Amino acid sequence: MAIDGIGAAVRRKEDYRFLTGQGNYTDDISRPNQVHAYFVRAQAAHAKIVRIDTAKAKAADGVVAVFTGADMAADAIGGLPCGWLVKNKDGSPMQEPAHPVLAVERVRHVGDPIAVVVAETLAQAKDAAELLDIELADLPAVVGLVDALKPGAPAVHAGGNLCFDWHIGDADQVAAAFKNAYKVAKIDLVNNRLIANPMEPRAAVGEYDRATGEYTLFTTSQNPHVIRLLMGAFVLHIPESRLRVVAPDVGGGFGSKIYHYAEEAFVTWAAPKIGRPVKWTAERGESFMSDAQGRDHVSHAELALDKNGKFLALKVSTLSNMGAYLSTFAPAIPTYLYATLLAGVYTTPAIYAEVKAVFTNTVPVDAYRGAGRPEAAFLIERIVDIAAAEMGMDRVEIRKRNFIPTDAFPYQTPVALQYDSGDYFATLAGAMNAIDYAGFEARRAAAKKVGKLRGIGISTYVEACGIAPSNIAGALGARAGLYECANVRVHPTGSVTLFTGCHSHGQGHETTYAQLIAERLGIGLDQIEVSHGDTNKIPFGMGTYGSRSLAVGGTAVVKALDKIVDKAKKIAAHLLEAAEADIEFKDGKFTVAGTDKSKSFGEIALTAYVPHNYPLETLEPGLDETAFYDPKNFTFPGGAHICEVEIDPDTGVVKVVDFAACDDVGRVVNPMIVEGQVHGGLAQGIGQALMEECVYDDKGQLRSGSFMDYTMPRADDLPSFKVSTAITLCTHNPLGVKGVGEVGAIGSPPAVINAVVDALKDYGVRHIDMPATPQKIWAIVNGGHRMAAE
Amino acid sequence: MYDFAYHKPATVADAAKILAADGDAKALAGGQTLIPTLKQRLAKPSAVVDLSAIKDLAGISVAGGKVTIGAMTRHGDVAASADVKKALPALAALADGIGDPQVRNRGTIGGSIANNDPAADYPAACLALGATIKTNAREIAADAFFLGMFETALKPGELIVSVSFPIPEKAAYVKFGQPASRYALVGVMVAKTATGARVAVTGAASAVFRWSDAEAALSKSWNAASLDGVKVSPDGLNSDIHAAADYRAHLVGVMAKRAVATAG
Amino acid sequence: MAKISLTVNGKKVSAEIEGRTLLVQVLREKLGMTGTHVGCDTSQCGACVVHVDGKSVKSCTMLAAQADGTAVTTIEGLANGNELHPMQAAFKEHHGLQCGFCTPGMVMSAIELAKRNSNPSEHDVREWLEGNICRCTGYHNIVKAVQAGAQAMAAAK
Repeated sequence: MAIDGIGAAVRRKEDYRFLTGQGNYTDDISRPNQVHAYFVRAQAAHAKIVRIDTAKAKAADGVVAVFTGADMAADAIGGLPCGWLVKNKDGSPMQEPAHPVLAVERVRHVGDPIAVVVAETLAQAKDAAELLDIELADLPAVVGLVDALKPGAPAVHAGGNLCFDWHIGDADQVAAAFKNAYKVAKIDLVNNRLIANPMEPRAAVGEYDRATGEYTLFTTSQNPHVIRLLMGAFVLHIPESRLRVVAPDVGGGFGSKIYHYAEEAFVTWAAPKIGRPVKWTAERGESFMSDAQGRDHVSHAELALDKNGKFLALKVSTLSNMGAYLSTFAPAIPTYLYATLLAGVYTTPAIYAEVKAVFTNTVPVDAYRGAGRPEAAFLIERIVDIAAAEMGMDRVEIRKRNFIPTDAFPYQTPVALQYDSGDYFATLAGAMNAIDYAGFEARRAAAKKVGKLRGIGISTYVEACGIAPSNIAGALGARAGLYECANVRVHPTGSVTLFTGCHSHGQGHETTYAQLIAERLGIGLDQIEVSHGDTNKIPFGMGTYGSRSLAVGGTAVVKALDKIVDKAKKIAAHLLEAAEADIEFKDGKFTVAGTDKSKSFGEIALTAYVPHNYPLETLEPGLDETAFYDPKNFTFPGGAHICEVEIDPDTGVVKVVDFAACDDVGRVVNPMIVEGQVHGGLAQGIGQALMEECVYDDKGQLRSGSFMDYTMPRADDLPSFKVSTAITLCTHNPLGVKGVGEVGAIGSPPAVINAVVDALKDYGVRHIDMPATPQKIWAIVNGGHRMAAE
Repeated sequence: MYDFAYHKPATVADAAKILAADGDAKALAGGQTLIPTLKQRLAKPSAVVDLSAIKDLAGISVAGGKVTIGAMTRHGDVAASADVKKALPALAALADGIGDPQVRNRGTIGGSIANNDPAADYPAACLALGATIKTNAREIAADAFFLGMFETALKPGELIVSVSFPIPEKAAYVKFGQPASRYALVGVMVAKTATGARVAVTGAASAVFRWSDAEAALSKSWNAASLDGVKVSPDGLNSDIHAAADYRAHLVGVMAKRAVATAG
Repeated sequence: MAKISLTVNGKKVSAEIEGRTLLVQVLREKLGMTGTHVGCDTSQCGACVVHVDGKSVKSCTMLAAQADGTAVTTIEGLANGNELHPMQAAFKEHHGLQCGFCTPGMVMSAIELAKRNSNPSEHDVREWLEGNICRCTGYHNIVKAVQAGAQAMAAAK
């Protein structure tokens, strides 16, 4: 192994620039002569646009232009497209309403953009925005999922509020199994709506070069090629050859920066109209009402068990909130990334799930870290705890009794997925040891003596990531492929630049990918640069989300390296006057097997570019290879998370006193980065369980519209975490990697809530919806407010 | 933010003159509430009068059984003051819990009190300790100072110069932070003085208030258990997504007991 | 428009400002020092923390006019050439950053803690960082970094 290769906790190559203030985030980019755009957004959740008079605003100091939806419509600008088509139970397509870049005729959620003022300075744009004369006629709004499907509910779109009514699994088989059930565990639960809130607000700068006809968009995106494709082809009708999208340093995404947003399309469209670069940066308040939000399910589930506690069948009925419009990948989240995971880590032989997706007068909902899989894990791990209580069984025992046996892989679930590998017993044992599970009752007793309520909760989960085999995704409605691309460019003196279609916005790709290259080519990390985020540099790419960057993007790197080594061996064979088959490559040296004749990697690279002594008849010069890798299957990270909480019954405050996560993320390339990814996911999962909630009032006003009211986990809300791995290798990619970006956020929420319910077991609590805020807990302890709990 | 004229007078008199002449001018102390308010375009002052150059407005002195703090004294300086820690540790502890370190490095006692945010911490200290607020015109007892939400007895052009806190026998402030903003969802300051107990509650209602039932109970017997069964009515208390009025009312009792226990 | 003069990272600079101009706008827009970030509009997140006359403050909650005549230190002013400040080095060593956006504010805030307390406990660090929000790291490694950085700063004295 190279010193800095696979398995080494290499310190990150990218850190110097971030630590010295030299990162290059989108808002750091200022183009010569740029103007500033300010979006005027709907303050009503549902209203008819009666009139927009822009005259006064246009005449204000510094104003360059004012645009409305009518201006874009007049230019035949397309709506923001949806990238995934889900079909109804009867095979008909989902309802796919138009999503104009700027609202026309109607606004459908608070924050829906109505007009844009462009001025010399942002302050002038904001000053002028107040001079816009906008008359809206309020319409009744619908906010809640259940309300939206009631007869007579206000219709968000002409086609009504049902986007699709979809299902998966075998309903008859499930019904039959329930007939034979010894017991049935039931639960009604909510998966709370969240806001991703990466610390960098979204931003976009659009620029047009009249001399070349090229458009450039700098944007806070997790996938610049996807934005180029969607915006170029569907919205602005610009060929890819004349559209460059750059996602420079991006300050976190967590899913919310996957999608194609109105502001990106606007600044790109407006740049040539105005003849100057156009810049927009979200204020945090805008992020709250324009970034796609996450989760928001209401579900009912029933689990049938036999007398030994074996799961016989699971049926699930879920309502999923789409918000007011379909965000780019919204339909895929509560279907193929949710219901296909409902087997969890268990051998449940029959599963049936139906999902209704619903439009409401709220901000669009799409993937947020975990995307569908946290919702599945929460539902499964809550109902398993309830089943244990119904059966009078130990919570560990019921899980172990139903785990997919370690020798049963590959394992075909009844909901389409085939898990390739896993060892759920090993990860559970790892987490139990780390948290001293055996010693818990003594800690509970000690806490009780000082008036505190302790509880412990387990979550054993699996997820599917490494998105995705294109043919499967296509069959399921994806309007894109989900391969990844890598271009390995060896330079004449032997240094290497990797161009990857994935995008790093905190994940440390510049280091992890460099480790893959160092390992394979035997060169130092200082000889390797990783380039990402610029469509003019990188052949193509689908970007970073769904924990795919190593399993898919990393495999593309390996495949490109295979091609590099293959070609380099041919060059070495020529130089060493040996048969290609006799050339061995190890530790950066090409050697003729069984001899001491060798050439270094650098010598081969130089020869490739200075081909004086070179087999030019049979081999092209140069050493620059591109690979596209389309995964054969999803990958299936899994593990066990155990949370220990202590509740102050006087105030209802839940303190996470300990948290252990033992995850199987496949082979670990950089353990330091892997642990960091888990930590961050845990914080978001604990945040969902205890603190975070996007709240609308019944008129559709966002009540949690800033950091003053949306509770972001802070340092003193969290403990240090006990993080470990117990890995099995992925069987279908050469690195054996699975993915780690989302596991923390997927496994942790049910562990926390299971712990809270355990702490409150003397109060007869079966379930608490997230977030388990102090007020909710106090209401339970106080006994007066049963609505907080079942 | 709307634009405004910026003034930085060197004396209280000059500052008062500008403020008196222009009813739309606003005094700027630490700015930790005013600037965010301006950024949200929730206020449109014609001018902002920065008080930071007025030398005699900042400082701490302990004398005559009183701790006197100049209006422009930063929270962090009160928290770190050896004199305050010794004479009135509850006040130093309260200052050390306002906002976060960066807010404490800028925010001032005068600004906090003049703003009278319903969830601010200092007003509770003023009421519970029976402070006297000295302005450029007069001295105002805390009981007559805090009139309502963001409303005080200050007249146009009137500026706080200093706040004097009589040193109590015992005192403590305990708050329950609003989870997102970390402002006081409920904060209770208790003080045992020669003339009886005083209890002030912030965060719970539209403005800081004294809780007379608790004062009576504690005046009888200074002990957390004295508050058993003493309840504040939820009627009129704040209700929001973080805490309904009944929960706030409950927390008032819990925080009061904890404050008494902390005071010893 | 008024003119202010201040010292930023040891260099005297001046800028034309409006009354409403914020310190962070002077740093980012007038001086082109984009290392100081803006992550919120309610003075909560701390991405914009700089030092003014040696104390950490939120540069989004201070008028530029208030900074007239002060000495400001930003994230760009910490390293000595390629040699990182001990707190910066500790963040790198302990993986106390991921996307890097909150990092400048975190580091600036942590340095003031380290100056006050050369050996802060985990509890001390978590309390001190109340005004700095990170969405990536779960704070685990930030806490470790700040503790190590504080010790390294003390050792370097």
